[in-house]
Amino acid sequence: MTMTPSDRAERELKNLEAVAGNGLLHRRAFLRGGAALAGAMTGYTLVPSASGQQLADDAWSLVPGVTVPDYGTRSRFEKNVVRTLSNPKGEPRTQHARTPHHLLNGTFTPNGLHFVISHAGDPDIDPDKHRLVIHGLVKQPLVFTLDALARYPMVSRMAFVECGGNSAPLFSLEPIQASVQALHGLVSCAEWTGVPLSTLLDEAGIDPKAKWIVVEGGDPPHVSRSVPLAKAMDDAMIALYQNGERIMPGNGYPMRLLLPGWEGNMNTKWVRRIQLTEGPGMTFYEARTYAPVLPGGKAYRFYFIQEVKSFITHPSPGLALKGPGFYEISGIAYSGTGRIAKVMVSADGGKSWAQAALQQPVLNKAFTRFRVPWRWDGGPAVLQSRAWDEAGYEQPTRAQLVAARGETTRVPAVTGFPSQHYNAVTSWSIERGGEVKHVYA
Amino acid sequence: MYTRSLLGFAVTLTLALSARVAFAQTPNLGKPISPADIAAWDINVLPDGSGLPPGSGTPADGARIYAAKCSACHGPEGKGGVNGRLVGGDPIKIIDAEKTIANFWPFATTLFDYIRRAMPWPKPRSLTNEEVYALTAYILSLNKLIGENDAMNAQTLPKVRMPNQDGFIVRFPDRTP
Ligand code: HEC
Repeated sequence: MTMTPSDRAERELKNLEAVAGNGLLHRRAFLRGGAALAGAMTGYTLVPSASGQQLADDAWSLVPGVTVPDYGTRSRFEKNVVRTLSNPKGEPRTQHARTPHHLLNGTFTPNGLHFVISHAGDPDIDPDKHRLVIHGLVKQPLVFTLDALARYPMVSRMAFVECGGNSAPLFSLEPIQASVQALHGLVSCAEWTGVPLSTLLDEAGIDPKAKWIVVEGGDPPHVSRSVPLAKAMDDAMIALYQNGERIMPGNGYPMRLLLPGWEGNMNTKWVRRIQLTEGPGMTFYEARTYAPVLPGGKAYRFYFIQEVKSFITHPSPGLALKGPGFYEISGIAYSGTGRIAKVMVSADGGKSWAQAALQQPVLNKAFTRFRVPWRWDGGPAVLQSRAWDEAGYEQPTRAQLVAARGETTRVPAVTGFPSQHYNAVTSWSIERGGEVKHVYA
Repeated sequence: MYTRSLLGFAVTLTLALSARVAFAQTPNLGKPISPADIAAWDINVLPDGSGLPPGSGTPADGARIYAAKCSACHGPEGKGGVNGRLVGGDPIKIIDAEKTIANFWPFATTLFDYIRRAMPWPKPRSLTNEEVYALTAYILSLNKLIGENDAMNAQTLPKVRMPNQDGFIVRFPDRTP
């Protein structure tokens, strides 16, 4: 009897030891199993190609293609890969555009899909007229044009930006059925390039009395936040470029404050003014909005850090499994307190765990893609991921988070913000037919 | 929320010590600007009242301006309309409670600062300082946080005590690496 490559792969797979319950395989199973196995892992190549369908040249390969455009956009077949909008008509209230994590892979968010929150629409800023003022407790107040800033020594870094309200639907007392985009779409990751804020503050001459900066945007609500001077002098940046091109209008064109790892709203978009002060401004967004209420009624003030978090993007609700077989579980992990050190994945609702492979390079305060090979036997499974960072912080379970932070008393709208700073484990249940549901486990 | 093992402690210290890049020579391309030239943008008001401009306004003045410029969205007498209410609100007991000026805002200065920078939503920065004082006075008096004849100005506004002033736990700087 002769053995086909797929027979061989199947046999190798059967011999592979699962490292955790419900079919989780060793993270290096691909490497160990060799090429045949790697082919088999895609899930579908095991089915023998018995159809006998003969290949023919496709129509598009027989005529000259379309003229190359001056600014490239993705294939027309990718039209469904879009952000979801909470306020598509621009009514007088905040607008949210959420990143479709289940339709992307890797670690960068393409600029057109980076999440946006705009409190009164995106301003249409003329870059030649935009100004950045630094004043307050400084020796010499200064005003910078974009042209001037473009001549400064720059730095580039990857950084995630996450809304303090991302994942807020998971505070719901019952799991809300929605996609990873609806639940976790208010976080994205890009390479940002710009001028270290410390350079500009040093040039203005910092008065030793200054302990805070109050930062303001040139958008209609003139969104304003207070940031400790220590953060401003550490790794803050006036960013001018996003993934190599000028910042998108919704992300702060022509310049924004970047505070790696800190609450999205503090990363002032369209930044026009920085005042150095002794104390915080207690602005609307810090005094009221981004002050999550705790059980009992007190509220946290200055919850600046976006803490260690992960969630599985593949599979996830809307991406049903197409029958038993081999799949790659993959997702995103990140932390506002450093690099991701480890991600563990469970397929049995947290009873047993397999260590995920981390896509290199693992960068500070940036998305890290994790992956684990998995053999789904067609039975019920509950997928979870849990991350740790290099500072020793551990992503909490939902039970731990709820014990400290509470949950809602009724099911909120999926677009609502019952509280903020939810970083606990997310659970996806795989139903018999392969459908993926959001559950609490 | 976070839990943390002792193991990571050493790493945190290393992070804290990582020095920022210092350029011996920087371009110095910022232009000096005088306070007079910044004035139109210099709109931050801090809890101690610093940044409050001259001027004054009463709840009665505010009521008239409110009816013309605010009630379409926030409802008559601040009771709420297409946008949130500016008056009332039950004491906060649950995490998803509605936050209002009366039950949550810790400082009255924030009200002046926010109205002046952001409202009315379709025409921000269109109000005079006198109008902002008057609207602030009107909203505070609707909430019974000041008397109905109390004028608001740079002296009186920072002294208004908000009911939830002590309702907060300050998280920074305990979690700053
Ligand atoms: C076109 C509708 C509209 C008009 C007119 C308007 N507002 Fe608003 N207002 C809003 C919206 C929308 C928000 C929420 C903004 C946000 O959260 O980003 C808001 C928020 C507020 C808040 C914060 C309320 C809270 O507790 O969070 C205050 C105070 C306020 N407005 C005052 C005013 C005043 C005073 C006027 C009149 C000068 C006014 N508004 C006119 C739409 C409007």
